[in-house]
Amino acid sequence: MSDRLVDPGDPLPRLPGHSSDGRLERVLRSGRFAVTAELNPPDSADAREVYDRALVLAEVCDAINAVDASGANTHMSSVGICSLLTRAGYAVVMQIACRDRNRIAIQGDVLGAAAMGVANILCLTGDGVQCGDQPGAKPVFDLDSTTLLETIRTMRDQGQFLSGRKITAPPRVFLGAAANPFAPPYDYRPLHLAKKVAAGAEFIQTQYCFDLPLLRQFMAKVRDQGLHEKAFILVGVGPLASAKTARWMRAHVPGVHIPDDIVKRIEGARQQKQEGKKLCIELIQQIREIEGVAGVHVMAYRQEEYVSEIITDSGIFKNRQPRRPTKEKLAS
Amino acid sequence: MSVVGMHRSAGRLEAGLRAGHFVMTAETSPPDAGTAGPVLERAGCLKGLADAVNVTDSAGARPHMSALAASAILAQHGIEPVLQFTVRDRNRMALQSDLLGASALGVPNILCLHGDDVKKGDQPETKPVYDVDSRELMRTARRLRDEGSFPSGRVVDPRPGLFIGAADAPIDPKPGWKPDGLLAKIDSGADFVQTQFAFDLPLLRRYLAALADHGIPDRLFILVGIGPLASAKSARWMNEHLFGVHVPAPLIARLEGAQDQRAEGRRICVELLQELAEIKGVAGAHLMAPKQEQACAEAIAESGLLKRRRAA
Amino acid sequence: MYAVRLWSIRHARLMERIYRLFEPTLVALGPVLARIGYARVEGPVVAVERRLKGLLFDCQMCGQCVLSSTGMSCPMNCPKNLRNGPCGGVRADGNCEVKPEMKCVWVAAWEGAQRMSAGMVIVDRQKPVDHSLKGTSSWLRVVREKTAPAKAAQPR
Repeated sequence: MSDRLVDPGDPLPRLPGHSSDGRLERVLRSGRFAVTAELNPPDSADAREVYDRALVLAEVCDAINAVDASGANTHMSSVGICSLLTRAGYAVVMQIACRDRNRIAIQGDVLGAAAMGVANILCLTGDGVQCGDQPGAKPVFDLDSTTLLETIRTMRDQGQFLSGRKITAPPRVFLGAAANPFAPPYDYRPLHLAKKVAAGAEFIQTQYCFDLPLLRQFMAKVRDQGLHEKAFILVGVGPLASAKTARWMRAHVPGVHIPDDIVKRIEGARQQKQEGKKLCIELIQQIREIEGVAGVHVMAYRQEEYVSEIITDSGIFKNRQPRRPTKEKLAS
Repeated sequence: MSVVGMHRSAGRLEAGLRAGHFVMTAETSPPDAGTAGPVLERAGCLKGLADAVNVTDSAGARPHMSALAASAILAQHGIEPVLQFTVRDRNRMALQSDLLGASALGVPNILCLHGDDVKKGDQPETKPVYDVDSRELMRTARRLRDEGSFPSGRVVDPRPGLFIGAADAPIDPKPGWKPDGLLAKIDSGADFVQTQFAFDLPLLRRYLAALADHGIPDRLFILVGIGPLASAKSARWMNEHLFGVHVPAPLIARLEGAQDQRAEGRRICVELLQELAEIKGVAGAHLMAPKQEQACAEAIAESGLLKRRRAA
Repeated sequence: MYAVRLWSIRHARLMERIYRLFEPTLVALGPVLARIGYARVEGPVVAVERRLKGLLFDCQMCGQCVLSSTGMSCPMNCPKNLRNGPCGGVRADGNCEVKPEMKCVWVAAWEGAQRMSAGMVIVDRQKPVDHSLKGTSSWLRVVREKTAPAKAAQPR
C-alpha cells in the first residue's frame, strides 16, 4: 500500500478479505503500526467545534474515535459526530455503548452509521450512569459488548437483523471491542477477550496502560491463544498532566489503573506536565516493542493539540502522509 | 390562523406555518439498508412537494435504519425532515444526545411519540426503555432550545433550533369534554401536532370546534392526518384495525364502485385536501400511506394547493 | 442475600454437585408435570424457585438461568446485567464500578468457575437476554427443553 495522499474518509476500493472500505483496516492489515486517537465531543450542536478538534488530530492518526457519552455525560451523539466527520472526509471509529439504547435502536444506529460512511464500530459496555451528570437515567444494557459484536457481525455477514429479517444492503464495518487488562479479574481478561474475538471483534482498543509488566503478562496469554493473529490490538496510552490529575483519574475514571511508582515519578519531577509527556512517549515506544501489539490508541481528555504533539514526538507516525480536509469539504 | 411567535427553528415547515400557508407534510420510513441511496429512492419523489417529510422511528417496534441518519440524508438532499422520536428504545441520555446530533445535522423538526409495544414487533425479547415519556422529551427539547441547557443544568452553546411536534387523534367530543391531553402537550412544549387519519370531515369539524372552545388552534398548529386510500379493502381494514380511525361508508362505496380503486383513492385524497384547506383551525395536512410515498406526492401535486403559496 | 450469595460462590463445587442431582430428578418428573399442565405448575414452581434461588444466589428470576456457566454468580446482579464477562470499570480491590460496596459479580464468577469441575464453560458465549421471559421459571424451561425440545421455550 503506497503512502500517497489518500482521503481517509473516502471509501477505498474493496480489498479481498476486508470487512470494510475504510483506511484503518487497510493500515492494520498491511502490517503497519496504527495510531488512533479520541475526540471528545463538545457540549453543543455546533459542527464547527467538532471540526476544529478533529483538524488537530487528523494529521497524526489513522482514525478518530467519536466517544459515545463517556463518563455518562451527555454530548452530541456518536452517530451525529461521525456523520459530520465522515462528510468532511475523516476516518472515524464510531463507539456504540450498550448503556443507553436497546437492541432495536442499536441495530438502527448501525445501519445509519454505515449509510453515513462510518467504516469502523467499537462495541462497548458503557460506564454506569452513576458517574455522570444525570444519575437518575435508566441504564438499558439490553445487550452486552459480546452480544453487540455478534449482532453487528450478523447484520454484516448474514445481511439480517437479529429477528432474521433481511437487510438489503449490509453495513460494511470493521468491528472492534474494548479490553481492560489492568482491572480484575486479571486471569479471566484474556479469556473474555477470546470470547469477544469469537463474537466478531477484529480490532481491540485497551484502557490506558501505565503498567508495562501487567501488559506484558496479558499479551503473553493473548499470544498463547493466538488472539493477536485474529484481532489487531491497540494499546491505550495518554499523558498525565500532573500527579494530582493521576490521582483524580484513578479515583474517578472507571477502570483506570496507575501504579504508585508512576504517580511518584510525576510528583517528583520539576515540570510535571513535561514529565507526563515524556512518560507517555516512553510507554508508547516500549509498547511498540511488545510482540502482538498492532498499534496505540491515544486518549487525552479535551487536549487534542497535546495528542498531536505526543504522537509526532514519539515518531510512530513518521513516514506517513498527513492529511487535511480540503476547504471545500469543510464548507459544504 | 393567528399563532404568531418567534421562529424557533430555521426550518421551512415552521416558516410556512407562521406565514399562514396551508402546509402539507408526508411520511417515509427508513429502509433496511446500510446505504444512503434507498432513503432517497423512497422519499425523493416528495422533494419540492411536501413541506416536510416525517421519518418514522422503528415503527411497529421493528428496527430499520435509524431515523436520525435517514433524516440527515434527506436534509442533505434538500428535503426537510420531521424526525420522529419514540421513547421506547432510548434513555434520556441517548435521546438528548440524538437531539443535539439532529440539530447539528440540519434537522429542524421533531415529533415526540410513545412508541409501539415491543411485543408488536419482530423482536419481542427486546428490553423496553421508557426512561422518560414523550412529554418529558418535549420539555427537554424545549429547554435545550430556549434555555440552552440540559436537565442536569449543563450549558449547551450554541442552542439548537427545534420545532417541536406531538401526535393527536381527533375524536367525536362529548358535551363537556376537555382536551386535557392536548393542553398538556402544549404545556410540555408542542408547537404543532399531526393527527391520526381523519377521513370523517364532519367529525373533524366537531372536534376542532371543541378545541377552539379552549383556544387551542391559537396556540398550536394542527396538521390533519389524511392519505390516498389504496382500495376499499384497505379502507375497511383501517376501520377495523386502526384505533380511532373511521373511513365513512360513502367513501368506501366510492372506492368499491370505481374501476381503478387506487386512482379513486387518490382523487378522494385530493378532494379532502382541498376541503381541509378551507377549514378554520386546520393549519395543514399530514399525508400517510405506508410505502406509497409516490401516491402522496401525486396527491399533493394534484391538489393545486401549492400554487397558493406565496414565493418564499 | 449478599453474604449468602458469596457463600454459595465459595462453595460453587458443592452447588454444582447438588444441581447435578437436582436437574435429572426434575427432568424425570417431566411427563408428570406435562400431564398436570405446565401452565398450572408455573405459579407454584416460580414461588419455590424464587425463594430458594433468591436466598442462595440473589436470583432475579430472569427466566434463562446460566448459573452453571458463571461460576454460580448470577450475572443479573451485575448492575449492567453482563452475561459474558466483566466491564472495564472493575475497581482495583475487585469491587463493582457502579456499586463500590459490592464485589464484582464477574470477579466472583471467575473464582467460582475455578472451583467447579466443569466451570470452564464460563468461556462459552451467552445469548442476549430475552426480556419477555422475566419472572418465569427457569427450572420448568429446562425440563421442557430436555423432554420435548421441539416445543421448548415459552411457558403456555
